[in-house]
Amino acid sequence: MKPVVLLLGATSDMGRAVARAYAAQGHPLHLAARDAARLALDAEDLRLRSGVDVWTHPFDVLAEDAASIMTGLAPPPSIVICFVGMMGTDPQLIMRTNYTGPAMVLEAAADFLQRQGGGVLVGVSSVAGDRGRAGNYVYGSAKAGLTAYLSGLRARLHGSKVRVVTVKPGFVHTRMTEGMDLPKALTAQPDEVARAIMEALEQGRDVVYVRPVWRLIMTIIRLLPEPVFKRLRI
Amino acid sequence: MKLAGWGNFPRMSCRVATLGAADEAQSWLDQPPMIARGLGRSYGDAALQPNLTLLTRRLDHILAFDPVTGLLSCEAGVTLETILDVFLPRGWLPPVSPGTKFVTLGGMVAADVHGKNHHKAGSFGGHVRSLRLMLADGRVVECGPDVEPELFWATIGGMGLTGLILSVSFHLLPVHTAFIRSEVLCAPNLEAAFDAFEASAGWTYTVAWIDCLTGGRNLGRCLLTRGELAEPDELPPGLLPRRKRPKRVPVDLPNWVLNRWSMRAFNTLYYNMAPAKPRPAIMDLDSFFYPLDALLEWNRIYGRNGFTQYQCVLPKPAGREGLRHLLATIQKSGFGSFLAVLKLFGGHAGGCLSFPMEGYTLALDFPVRPPTLALLHELDAIVADHAGRLYLAKDARTTPGMLRKGYPRLVGFQHIRDQWGATGRMQSLLAERLDL
Repeated sequence: MKPVVLLLGATSDMGRAVARAYAAQGHPLHLAARDAARLALDAEDLRLRSGVDVWTHPFDVLAEDAASIMTGLAPPPSIVICFVGMMGTDPQLIMRTNYTGPAMVLEAAADFLQRQGGGVLVGVSSVAGDRGRAGNYVYGSAKAGLTAYLSGLRARLHGSKVRVVTVKPGFVHTRMTEGMDLPKALTAQPDEVARAIMEALEQGRDVVYVRPVWRLIMTIIRLLPEPVFKRLRI
Repeated sequence: MKLAGWGNFPRMSCRVATLGAADEAQSWLDQPPMIARGLGRSYGDAALQPNLTLLTRRLDHILAFDPVTGLLSCEAGVTLETILDVFLPRGWLPPVSPGTKFVTLGGMVAADVHGKNHHKAGSFGGHVRSLRLMLADGRVVECGPDVEPELFWATIGGMGLTGLILSVSFHLLPVHTAFIRSEVLCAPNLEAAFDAFEASAGWTYTVAWIDCLTGGRNLGRCLLTRGELAEPDELPPGLLPRRKRPKRVPVDLPNWVLNRWSMRAFNTLYYNMAPAKPRPAIMDLDSFFYPLDALLEWNRIYGRNGFTQYQCVLPKPAGREGLRHLLATIQKSGFGSFLAVLKLFGGHAGGCLSFPMEGYTLALDFPVRPPTLALLHELDAIVADHAGRLYLAKDARTTPGMLRKGYPRLVGFQHIRDQWGATGRMQSLLAERLDL
């Protein structure tokens, strides 16, 4: 049997694209997300498309017991991918949804995989976390926290059989970015994110920028001296 | 957001909303007029509404499939490409397929699309068992040939003007291979083309490429392609469906690239490349049904100003004479394009506003320029004189009067829209232009 995959935030556009890509290759799937009706619809769609087994789990990253998602999953997953995140206007909600919430669940998932003797943990962070920008620094700071968390977790688990992968999608055409005027050359489709994640897992990469040009862009942005950077409205 | 149909004309700034789930549409209903838009493959203004265009791409769940009867239910945003990807390997083919697989089921219903097998199978709507429709007041109605049939037959071919199509149930066709056995007949003039269509009436799939630039004794010369679903024992050993990587037109070509000389040269070359005697060949379904899909964004060939496709149908008795008249007019103008198609429709009944009727349909592209628009006006008069009509999914420029002459069931259609509260609310730019 192909490795079982757990998707956290499975009804997001990226989550759905990754679910379809794994299902097409015959991987059984656990889908976890808030909206039970949408989960059921997604699960049936995946079964009809690919004939794989799909289980659904109600899951809210802001709930007290969010991490309990990792107990009692049968069959146990060996690939865990977390898409949870959001943009918005409420700073506290943004911080909790993009950083503390996912980090707590990923911690539980890391322990789970370690106990199980191996696996892969993928956290979807953001290029916005590479440097705090005037336009979206609350979101950026939360994603920076998640990136740092994933980096540390990877170091902690190095030498064990658990791998940690950080994904920074860059701009992606999703519901979250709807209505934004995104440059075509820098904006990926959700399918591309799915492909990039699956490739990264095969190739054993640590940090993935979905469109490689983003690595260059963010390197330059990171290298700008603060006195210069603060004057740029980027 | 700037939106346009496949012809890139007209191009309009539209407020858009993406529907993430069917019930999300409810929250937009208090802001009419609005229209649904799938993949935007109608050519003109059928899927544009500056006030509110609802994008259905994410309503893309397959809902149910019965492997015994082939009955498939999908949300309206599921594409034909997806259906082929998922079900063709299991031996199921959509019963009717337009010339591209980059269309949504909602669009296929709204335009009541036809394919190369129209003379045998009718248009897509005839294979639909039921629809779920969100009305302008938010109610969701299930309709089909036996349930609310009036609403159903107004929605089949109704260009999205009766309500928001949420899901579609229809029958897939069992097939034994993913290949077509096909052959090409050369018809040196229009008379020979008519004969070739009559002689090919027994074939499941027929279509002809027609040269609209050559006149005289070669007026209306055609290459007629006919095909049948191949049976396993007809395939050469070791044949597998190929996955060709599609190419893409990278930029809008300058407007001068397509001119009467380049197109005439292309047409002469193309016609003369066909073998003199029909030679049967085995083709994969993609190459047979969707040759143009191999070139993504081919609409950019027509440049920034865009193009319009003129597709008309003339009833069979008067059609031969009318078609000759049309072709002579087009040929004389020199504006014909290299993508012109002729096909004989069968006599299947469709919806109130369904395009097909028994007779000959002609489709060709024109770059949008003042002289071509004047020519199309002339063609309208010929079509109306011969009791023909235009295909709304392709149209961007005809008049309310022309529409009314061609569609005798229009009054009934409008009445049904009134009755179900859709008039003025489910309203595309096309509907406004044509006084619907």
